[in-house]
Order: sequence, then C-alpha cells, then structure tokens
Amino acid sequence: MERVISVRHTDVLVIGGGPAGLNAAMAAVDCGAEVTLVDSADRLGGQLVKQTHKFFGSKREHAGTRGIEIAATLAEKVGSHPRIRTMLRSEALGYYPDGVVALEQDEKWIKIKPKRLVVATGASEKFLAFPNNDLPGIYGAGAVQTLMNVYGVVPGKRVVMVGAGNIGLIVSYQLRQAGVEVAAVVEAMPQIGGYAVHASKIRRLGIPILVSHSVKEAIGREQLEKVVVWKLDQNWQGIPGTEIEFEADVLCLAVGLSPTVDLLWQAGCRMAYVPELGGHVPWYDENQRTSVETIYVAGDAAGVEEASSAMLTGRIAGLSAAMSLGLGGDGAAQLEVARKELAALRAGPAGEKIRAGLAKLRGSGVVAC
Amino acid sequence: MLKKTGIPEEEELKLVLPDDARRKRGPFAVFECFERIPCNPCYDACPMHAVMPFEDINDLPRLDLDRCNGCGNCVAQCPGLAVFVVDETYSEDEALLKLPYEFVPLPLAGSEVDLLDREGKKVGRGKVVRVQKARHRTATPVVWVTVPKHLSMVVRNIGGI
Ligand code: SF4
Ligand code: SF4
Repeated sequence: MERVISVRHTDVLVIGGGPAGLNAAMAAVDCGAEVTLVDSADRLGGQLVKQTHKFFGSKREHAGTRGIEIAATLAEKVGSHPRIRTMLRSEALGYYPDGVVALEQDEKWIKIKPKRLVVATGASEKFLAFPNNDLPGIYGAGAVQTLMNVYGVVPGKRVVMVGAGNIGLIVSYQLRQAGVEVAAVVEAMPQIGGYAVHASKIRRLGIPILVSHSVKEAIGREQLEKVVVWKLDQNWQGIPGTEIEFEADVLCLAVGLSPTVDLLWQAGCRMAYVPELGGHVPWYDENQRTSVETIYVAGDAAGVEEASSAMLTGRIAGLSAAMSLGLGGDGAAQLEVARKELAALRAGPAGEKIRAGLAKLRGSGVVAC
Repeated sequence: MLKKTGIPEEEELKLVLPDDARRKRGPFAVFECFERIPCNPCYDACPMHAVMPFEDINDLPRLDLDRCNGCGNCVAQCPGLAVFVVDETYSEDEALLKLPYEFVPLPLAGSEVDLLDREGKKVGRGKVVRVQKARHRTATPVVWVTVPKHLSMVVRNIGGI
C-alpha cells in the first residue's frame, strides 16, 4: 500500500453519503463552506437506493417520493457541486488526536484535516441467535434489499421474515413485488413495531404476521430448507408444542439496527448506551454537536430513526458545523426551520421511542459505558 | 387489534365510513389510516381540498365528505396505500372500487380478477374497468374494479392476474 504523507485540508468533512451525509454536505456548502464527502460505497445515496417504497413525512422531506428517487436527486446535486469534493470507495480508517482523519481509497492512504467533522456513518444490522443461524440462505434484511433493489437479484423462492418493524414489513412487500413468496412475518414483540399501514399492506397480500413468535431453529443440510418458529411466553421463552414449520429457502432477519460509531469512540466522544436509540451513541446537543467540539453526528449513527429524520439531522449538523466556522448567511433561520420540522416529525406516538432515547441521552450525567 | 394483526377492526372502519345518505350520493374516499404517524401527502394530493389541513403532521387525516368527489388522487399518492375510493352508485348491484396496486403485470382493462379481502382471502370475482398507470414514478397505479355491492367495504386488493 502506497503511503501519502501530505495532509489535505477542508472546512467540513462529511463521512457517509446516505440521507444524513448528503444533506449535511448540501447544508454546509450552501452556507459557503468548502466540503469533502466520503463514502465507502461506489455510489452516493447510502441505504436510500434500496428503498423503492414511497416516503412518509412532510413534503419538504420528500414524503410520497420513493427513496431511490430522493437518492438520485440528492446524489446528483452533491456529486456535481463545484465546492463539494466527493470521494467514493473511501473507507474512513481512523481518527487521530490532532484531528486528522485517515482514509483509504483505491489502496492509497489519504489524510484529511477538516476544521469540522460530520459523522453520518449510519447503522449496521443486528443478528439473532438460534441453532443453525449460519446456514446459507439466512440473510440480513439490508443484504436482501441490496440484492433485489440494487442488483436485481432475488434471494430465493420462499422467505420467512423475522421482525415486524418497518424494515421487515417493507422488505416483505418488496419481496412479493419481486415475485418471491413470503411464508410469514414473525415478530417476538406482542405487537407489530412498524407502521400499521405497512402491516395492512402485506396482510392484503395474504402474508400472515405472527406476533409473540420467534425462530426456534433453522433446518437444512447444505442450505436452509425449513424454519421452525414457536410462540413466546411473557418471559420471551419458547413454548414447547406451539412449533410451526415453514418450508423456506430464505430466512430474512430484520431485527434492528445498531449505530455505527467506531470513529466517534476513537475520537474520544462521550458515549452512552441508549437502547431506544439502537445501542451505543455519542452524546450530542440540539445542533448535533458531540462532546468533542469539532465533531458532529447525524442520521442513524446518532440514533436509529426514519430516513426523513436522518435528512433533517444531517441538515442541522451541516448548518451548525458551517455556522461554527463563522459561515452561513441566514443559517440561523434555516437551522430554526429544520429543528422545528424535526420536532414535528418526532411529535407523535411513532416518535415516542426516539424522544425517550434523547431525553435519556441528554439527561443528567449520562455515563459512558 | 390493528397493531397485533395488521387488520383494522370493525369499530375503526365505522369511523371512516360515511352515512347512508352520503354513500348513495356518489363516490367517496375511505381513509384506512388509523395510527398517528408523521405523514401527510394525502393533504397535498387532494385537488378538492377535501383532506383537512394537518395541524400536526402526526394527525390522522380528516376528510370533508361534502368536498370529496372520489377522484382517487389520494389513492395514487398515499405512501401507506391506505386510501380506497368506493362508489356504490356504479350500478344496481355492483360498486366500483379504486384500489392502489403496485405489482407487475398490471391487470388489463376488461379482464376478470380475483377480489381479495384485507387478509388477502379470495371473496369473489370482479371486472377491471380501468387502470390508471402512475403518471410519474413516485405515484402508485390505481385499478378500477367492479365488486358485488355488499363487498364494497370488504374487498381491498385484487389477485389472480
Ligand atoms: S378522492 Fe379525490 S377528492 Fe376525495 S379525498 Fe381523495 S383526492 Fe380528494
Ligand atoms: S398519506 Fe396515507 S398514510 Fe399518510 S396520513 Fe394520508 S392516508 Fe395516512
């Protein structure tokens, strides 16, 4: 690997080109900042490009538009902006105490010293423990979405979906759209976690949703052949005798996401474990600023939420980062608007979890753990 | 219960069904959207201003049945696929439904299809009258289908295409 010693400078470095990162980059550049955006993938858009369903939220946050369209529009704006330097296939490897971020792009080391850093690295999928969970045919929901919606490949013929949150429900629907049978959606909680309208959508397709059920075991020789599920009692224990066997060549796990926060740990940000936000997250204020003054966090890395919120936290982070550099004309007014919109999105029962999580996070003396 | 089954209860459905007089007067939209979520594209979609303004984006949609003419714009725009238009004045014994449908192939106008209820169970056969293709990629195609009148609040999907 070739070593490049020289250090590049930039006003705002945004790590992650998903909904949060793209919005952070746009907001910062609109304030007059010079921005560098890096992403490990070979295209911008993050998880948005997997989302062929229409968005909820307000019109300003592109509600009623499909994620994939939003990604295309935003990515084009950002990718072609003269003051945003976009670096694809670039992995952020580390954060050094002097504020330098080390990247690897095409087998080259690159060091960037930004005045402000926005971490929008998203989240990764959680897995589930059960016998034979390493059989071929067992996928995370993100992998299934990538296969289908990015590469146009179906994962198999008949799927059992685990998790009735929005992701599990939406991916079940997308599987059916791709012509794949969905035997059932299995959910450990006693109720459906995702939006009722998404659940109704897949019920109308004849897909059953089994709440208070979980996977007992996967069965198969070389590859998945059957999935056995059973009912859970109040202590989350399987009840013998309630087993249901589904023939399936795919088991798809949509059991939640945890924020990707490695860089923030490394940078010495104060961290907290907040289950409502998906796990370990950095402490941050209303401007998305972490305990390290030059570092901001946005999107799922700040707490797992819907993409419409990620776009807003991204915008807030981008605006605040630029404003803290003394840039930004009417930035304050825009910040106010973005904060109001975000509060409105989170105001209802669907935002209860995130509100509780943020209250915990910002509550007195969160302990790093 | 809706949050256990994904299927709205009778009680909930009663709340969004107009009275008999209104049902006899012509087509109307049925908003099967019973959970407060941050969403409001139906408001922007309605050219008749029949969807009342949202004070809070989490509000449930409220319909002014005097203004709604059953055009179906909201059916094509709702990201939850939660709106259906019902016209019980279509003929003596049939109602016309406008249903959101996001699968390929789309049915052909004039063809017969299976009528499915909220659990995807077949409850009869109906005839496709018209298929409104999505005008842009963000919209949902809307299928107009005839159903026996007594099934106007039962049929919510089609199959066997
Ligand atoms: S059917 Fe047409 S008039 Fe009625 S609410 Fe929907 S968009 Fe408005
Ligand atoms: S657009 Fe659909 S899901 Fe959203 S509030 Fe209106 S009816 Fe409900």
